[in-house]
Amino acid sequence: MNVSPGALAVSRAPHALTLFFMTTMPDHMAHLAPLDVAIIAVYFAMVIYIGFYLKQRSSTGEEFFLAGREMTAWIAGLSFISANMGSLELMGWAAAAYQYGILATHWYWIGAIPAMLFLGLVMMPFYYVSKTHSVPGYLKLRFGESSRLLAAVSFAVMTVLMSGINMYAMALVMKVVLGWNIHFSIWVSSLTVAVYVALGGLRSAIFNEVLQFVLIWAGALLVPILGLTETGGWSGMVARIHHNFPGQDLTHLWRGLGSFSSNPMGVHWTGIVFGLGFVIAFGYWTTDFLVVQRVLSAKNLRAAQMAPIIGAGFKMMVPIIVILPGLLGLAVLPHLLPETLAAHVAGSYSYNAVLPLMLVRYCGPGLLGLGITALIAGFMSGMAGNVSAFSAVWTYDIYRAQIRKDAADRHYVAMGRWSTILGVLVSIGAAYLVMQFASIMDYVQALFSFFIAPLFGTVILGMLWKRATSAGGFWGLLAGTVVSVGLYLWVHFNPAALAEVALSVHAKTMAENLYRALWAWIACVLVTVVVSLFTRPKPESELNGLVYGATVIPYQEPMVLYKNHWFWAGIVIVIFFVLNLMFW
Amino acid sequence: MHKTEVSIWFFNGVMLTVYGLMIGGYGVYELISGHTPPVVLAHLHAPLWWGGGLLALGLFYCVKFMPGREN
Repeated sequence: MNVSPGALAVSRAPHALTLFFMTTMPDHMAHLAPLDVAIIAVYFAMVIYIGFYLKQRSSTGEEFFLAGREMTAWIAGLSFISANMGSLELMGWAAAAYQYGILATHWYWIGAIPAMLFLGLVMMPFYYVSKTHSVPGYLKLRFGESSRLLAAVSFAVMTVLMSGINMYAMALVMKVVLGWNIHFSIWVSSLTVAVYVALGGLRSAIFNEVLQFVLIWAGALLVPILGLTETGGWSGMVARIHHNFPGQDLTHLWRGLGSFSSNPMGVHWTGIVFGLGFVIAFGYWTTDFLVVQRVLSAKNLRAAQMAPIIGAGFKMMVPIIVILPGLLGLAVLPHLLPETLAAHVAGSYSYNAVLPLMLVRYCGPGLLGLGITALIAGFMSGMAGNVSAFSAVWTYDIYRAQIRKDAADRHYVAMGRWSTILGVLVSIGAAYLVMQFASIMDYVQALFSFFIAPLFGTVILGMLWKRATSAGGFWGLLAGTVVSVGLYLWVHFNPAALAEVALSVHAKTMAENLYRALWAWIACVLVTVVVSLFTRPKPESELNGLVYGATVIPYQEPMVLYKNHWFWAGIVIVIFFVLNLMFW
Repeated sequence: MHKTEVSIWFFNGVMLTVYGLMIGGYGVYELISGHTPPVVLAHLHAPLWWGGGLLALGLFYCVKFMPGREN
């Protein structure tokens, strides 16, 4: 997954599809008809054409790295969530829904919606008004060079590695589902991304992400529609699940979260609310440059504030094409096995195959091609997000900051194009590395998760607390990261430590992710506060545009109600609560 | 966005129209020939109505965001 909200602890966790394709699966699931191949070919032709078409519109740094800051709220908003909707994200969370039931929906609702609204309403003015090109760039303005370097290097390295891992996993999906050659899948899809991003920069990535967003829905929505038709609607599906899995509560969001032992995930509501809903979700959606970059491309502050709110509205609906197919799988395909068992049972499939299996179950020629194209589009949008964010961070926060400070704008654009290609090539290298040493995948995913929670602590204190100092920011970020790594290693080498980290002997792996993030964030905040109180803050005159209370927000003309971002945020939050109550 | 630039929504419209024609066309063939694929609920002829829906949506976006047309 280009890492989802749960990105880290979250979406990258247990079902990261990491083992997916290492199981002994039957020879591929489906064969494509010529019509399916034609549909896939049309998609590739379209995305490459868009790259060439937009090449002329990406000649300056502002155009290449921030799409000229001309995007409407709708385009920035759809791109914002599309960059997050990698195909492994889709398949991984469908698998999680099969394994844990509707609890997986938390990663789409409480694990995303409040954070996205907070980004739009509270944080966006600071990102936008500071005119930064990146999140590390904001850290430079607020805390100084050392914080920027730490954040930029960790982001750049992890982003290309994750991109490679996702690429390998995607190629394996294509091998398992369609029998495609792994090398063919890796090179064709990644070089296509390299061409259209290197040519058209962020604008091309965003245009294609919007296209891919539409395509993902067009290709994936049919599965829940036909699935619900087959099972006789929601109540029919629930009845079948209860019949297939008696005694298990797989269809309630909150009811089983009163204790670690009363739900299949082994988590407690405090972990979901504070670990996931607060730290991880806010960390991912408000500081991961992969998604924030899309919003920075908005044409004005109002559009930048509306974009995450529009994204939140669509994000709430994603469970229809991700979680619902997993639940329908519980109803109509009740014999899928855990990964470890599937590996030893010839002819069996694991949880992770549930989405492709549902696709093959309902989709004949044409529709199958569309569904496969949706998966490919999901992968490519995630990868384009990774390489375009990598390119901006490398060029502005590492190359220009550390290597060549005073070159012409044209030089940095050229560097952006080359670093895009470099990012893709390093990703391909990472894919081949993972092919040789599969366990690397889990370690890199864990590694990436180490940074998000403390980074959120640093950024949020920097934005909301004038007294936070450069030294406080740097040492807080470092301390939070060290705590996260330390807890991970503690549990890794002593599994019994999970009970200490997650505060219960009944806690399972997922709970460790949630509580590790929470402790890392608390450590970051505490160290930042203590160090800041003992060091000298920046004068307030230097904090304009960076910190709440010291920033003059540009005047915005009064808007009619239906164009007001507070109004739409209110609508989204009401729907959010209603949905949680409906599936309580 | 630049006034002369082709809107992303137009690209979306083109893509959906092409897919609607391809999938809907296959759905018509399926209906006429009586040849249904071995999938669950094949008798509902999903390619026909799903392809038709994509085609209608695609044409709407093509017309609404046609280059040169004031939106």
